[in-house]
Amino acid sequence: MGYSFPEEVLEHVLSFIDSDSDRNSVSLVCKSWHDIERWCRRRLFVGNCYAVSPAIAIRRFPELRSVSLKGKPHFADFNLVPHEWGGYAYPWIAAFAEAYPWLEELRLKRMVVSDEALELIAKKFKNFRVLVMYSCEGFSTDGLATIAANCRNLKELDLSESEVDDVSENWLCQFPDSYTSLESLNITSLSSEIRFSGLERLVGRCPNLKTLKLSHSVPLDLLPNLLQKAPQLVELGSGLHTKEVHPDLYSKLAGAFSGCKGLKRLCGLWDVVPSYLPTLYPICFGLTSLNLSDAPIQCPELIKLVSQCQNLQRLWVLDYIEDTGLNALAESCKDLRELRVFPSDPFGQEPNVSLTEQGLVSVSAGCPKLHSVLYFCRRMSNVALSTIARNRPNLTRFRLCIIERFCPDYITLEPLDVGFGAIVEHCKDLKRLSLSGLLTDRVFEYIGSHGKKLEMLSLAFAGDSDLGLHHVLSGCKSLRKLEIRDCPFGDKALLENAAKLETMRSLWMSACQVSYRACKLLGQKMPRLNVEVIAEQGHPDLSPDEYPVEKLYIYRTVSGPRSDMPSFVWTMDKNPALRSS
Amino acid sequence: MSPQLAKPSPESSSAGLHFNDTELTLGLPGATKSGTKRGFSDTVDLNLRGPCNTDHASNPSENDVSGDSKPPPAKTQIVGWPPVKASRKNVAKISKYVKVAVDGAPYLRKVDLEMYGSYQQLLGSLEDMFSCFPIRNYLNERKLMDPVKGSDYMPTYEDRDGDWMLVGDVPWKMFVESCKRLRLMKSTEAIGLAPRASQKCTSTSGSKSL
Repeated sequence: MGYSFPEEVLEHVLSFIDSDSDRNSVSLVCKSWHDIERWCRRRLFVGNCYAVSPAIAIRRFPELRSVSLKGKPHFADFNLVPHEWGGYAYPWIAAFAEAYPWLEELRLKRMVVSDEALELIAKKFKNFRVLVMYSCEGFSTDGLATIAANCRNLKELDLSESEVDDVSENWLCQFPDSYTSLESLNITSLSSEIRFSGLERLVGRCPNLKTLKLSHSVPLDLLPNLLQKAPQLVELGSGLHTKEVHPDLYSKLAGAFSGCKGLKRLCGLWDVVPSYLPTLYPICFGLTSLNLSDAPIQCPELIKLVSQCQNLQRLWVLDYIEDTGLNALAESCKDLRELRVFPSDPFGQEPNVSLTEQGLVSVSAGCPKLHSVLYFCRRMSNVALSTIARNRPNLTRFRLCIIERFCPDYITLEPLDVGFGAIVEHCKDLKRLSLSGLLTDRVFEYIGSHGKKLEMLSLAFAGDSDLGLHHVLSGCKSLRKLEIRDCPFGDKALLENAAKLETMRSLWMSACQVSYRACKLLGQKMPRLNVEVIAEQGHPDLSPDEYPVEKLYIYRTVSGPRSDMPSFVWTMDKNPALRSS
Repeated sequence: MSPQLAKPSPESSSAGLHFNDTELTLGLPGATKSGTKRGFSDTVDLNLRGPCNTDHASNPSENDVSGDSKPPPAKTQIVGWPPVKASRKNVAKISKYVKVAVDGAPYLRKVDLEMYGSYQQLLGSLEDMFSCFPIRNYLNERKLMDPVKGSDYMPTYEDRDGDWMLVGDVPWKMFVESCKRLRLMKSTEAIGLAPRASQKCTSTSGSKSL
């Protein structure tokens, strides 16, 4: 080759390539492509903030504009990860403050973000535009006030599901009067009062505001004003609660909703007063996404609402919808792609609603595009699961939670192995699966042989022996995330499949039977894994090596053991020669 | 009973040899592998027992005795099951989450006070939460806790005014409304708290440094 391909041309071509995996492939072609690619990569996704250090990320990608980071393991959502486990955003933000003065976007999930970190963001990134903190904690409204006061070009502020220390109610007023660039605001998780006049003025002066998701403290009588100031809204989250029903307010609200011709996504509706629901009817036809999972609306009203949403693609709803509501959904919403049904009374001993496996079977039959399901119910059968599998081979995400543990097929009283087996067998593109009910090792045999595209698997109270885990680890070629609680899986399967763990992002096991000895062995054998033992009851050295560890979190990393562990987390030594005992 | 390979019994007495009941262990209070356990219930004069207790009749939350010894709902809860996020737990009711700290333990938990109907349900749940081990189904049996007389830890709470009070002083609903956070305090430190019978306005200083 007597010439070299001009870099500028390659850079230009690469600018059309967004997907991380494609860019990763590009960077493997040759050294010069690797080098060109890294200089022009603008977005980085780090699925586990401990898999790589900020320094390494910065060294490889010197010109990032957008970074996504995830911290705690998924089971943190269910209180299984101790509170001070880790996932701190500050070290990342501090490093970025030095390396990326032009950073525009930060998306953080399950991380601990301090007010100091927010202050750094506010002061160090001159062109900061997007801050998403999903299920984060550690900051207060003071930190938000600093962001509001300093980020002139902020387009998006999203605090979904985050825990915010409410110390001041006027942080929203810190957005200067000259600030007009807001496009998306999600403050649903703020529990205290906010200055409503500040909110109204803010909404009024931001013509590009498309997403507005409010907290339940915003009173209903404010809503018509807000909607009138922002008729261009595409997504709205609001309560519909009021102490009394005013005909005046009703007509104002109805008028305001009718004015929102572009509204496509709706959520919130906490404490909804059913008599206000008809104000929504004019917008139902345009809705593609409806999240009623916070709304205690009963079946008849739900049916009336949902049957008018013929263009609905995504529905999140409580089990108040019952089987009859799901039948109505199956008839009216032929474009449905995603359904999530949450339990209204998850800890009740007896079913409080008439929602069974039949509802899901109906939807699977009636909605040809349905590919993503999350379903809480109290009974299931193998025949229902097989029917669902045959109806919907296009399922990509299937998460079933039968509320009572070890619940067998309610008709035959057998385990649900065959039913879930049908799911993995027919749904060849299944990427995510969560199991529940009575399950033996057999189900894992099915999953291992058929789940070739499976990327994430969640298990609880399932299986009989190590063989179960072995089937999964040896069979699921695409597995990235495995999270297990209360299953009788132990050393053998883990040690035999140790190499598999380096091909995955992470493995969580709690209340299983993995011994401390096996953890130590794994730590030594696999230097590119961090094998973290979480022991709230005291150092595992204090018990015999054969004792099972309480919780185990194993993840691949290029950065070695982390340095910010709390007192109850230990990384297993990688070099046994260094250990004194 | 000696521990079996891969299925150790945490309460075995040989395991107990590794521990003192004193502060040498890094473990949680009550994490003595001999299986003894302090009972918070004693501090509020409630007879809080597990399902195998003979005197269920004295437990008011088991009024619907049908002979099947079903434990009160709060006690059957497993951490993190069913897998619903804290923010979503029970839409039918309002929720009130407070942090629970235990002296000597390096971590916090959270509880939703609205999930309980009485002090005994709350304290029973706390006992479960801070007990030796999580309830493990593969052993096919539930842990049986024996409350121990003379507990080392007092359940206390910080109220709206920032004062630290003993749990159980005020009527349940008033407690739920005013409680900001819970702390299981070592008895020795709890001495400065308001004695049970006194009115709140005459309480001794609610020192936040306790």
